[in-house]
Amino acid sequence: MKGKMAIIGSDDSVFAFKAVGVDAYSAFSPESAESLLKKIAKEYQIIFITDVLAKGMDEIIKRYLNSAYPVIISVPSKNGSNGYGMESIKATMEKALGVDILFNKDNE
Amino acid sequence: MSRINVNPTRMELKKLKSRLSTAKRGHKLLKDKTDEMVRRFSVIIRENKNLRSEVENDVSAALAQFSVARSFMSIQDIELAFSMPNVSMELECGKANIMNLAVPELSLKENRSETKVPYAYSAVTSEADYSVELAGKVLNKLVRLAEVEKRASMLADEIEKGKRRVNALEYVMIPNLEETIKYISMKLEENDRSSRTRLMKVKSMIAAREE
Repeated sequence: MKGKMAIIGSDDSVFAFKAVGVDAYSAFSPESAESLLKKIAKEYQIIFITDVLAKGMDEIIKRYLNSAYPVIISVPSKNGSNGYGMESIKATMEKALGVDILFNKDNE
Repeated sequence: MSRINVNPTRMELKKLKSRLSTAKRGHKLLKDKTDEMVRRFSVIIRENKNLRSEVENDVSAALAQFSVARSFMSIQDIELAFSMPNVSMELECGKANIMNLAVPELSLKENRSETKVPYAYSAVTSEADYSVELAGKVLNKLVRLAEVEKRASMLADEIEKGKRRVNALEYVMIPNLEETIKYISMKLEENDRSSRTRLMKVKSMIAAREE
């Protein structure tokens, strides 16, 4: 199956990915990103969302968790990561195992 | 523990015994399955973490580079230059199977055309060229991350479900069944004893009358 990719970003920097075949959308608030995501979720197989937006729309992203597609992944914005991605990995791990097996060294 | 509300008959006892053995077998199988899923999950989550920390650096570098490039050009020019991507990346989507769970399998096929960038070199600055190159490089990793991260979260969900089932069987269903079986067999024995004593009594009464 052929897939399509999209990226939703909070500023124009996501247009960089347009040149490599990823459709770029911009949304300036989590709310508008949410409605955008609902609109395009069926069309695309991978949707990247910059983590500034992703943080505000955690609930919606979790809703797409159960099915294999679309894959919704947070990416950092041009100002660097705000830690949302690592937090979600941590949350996933704690959900499955109940303990932290990766980050405990980092906290020391 | 609470016992199940059934009539204490041989029929029920037989039914309950077969249910208990099914429950025990199911419990064992489910527990093995969850253990294996946890093992695979711990491999995947480690990979996920490493990939993510790599990708986070690369992506923010690529995006930052692009915003530098953008500052040299008007937004119209950028739109114009990038709206016709001829460095097309084809995304292959499939489904893989981890412990009977359909997870996404993604791969990226690069169709590099002769020109490396989707616009004329005269139209844009070299910063833009550079940022496009970076974006192309990071995309491969991003797709891999997408696959791994989705797998991890789906597995986590499945493990949680599995654990709940195992616990329900282990701490509710099996004890309840065992208690009910014990209750019924005791009740049956009790009935047996009472009918036996009744018969003995009757027999001795008949013997007393015949004398």
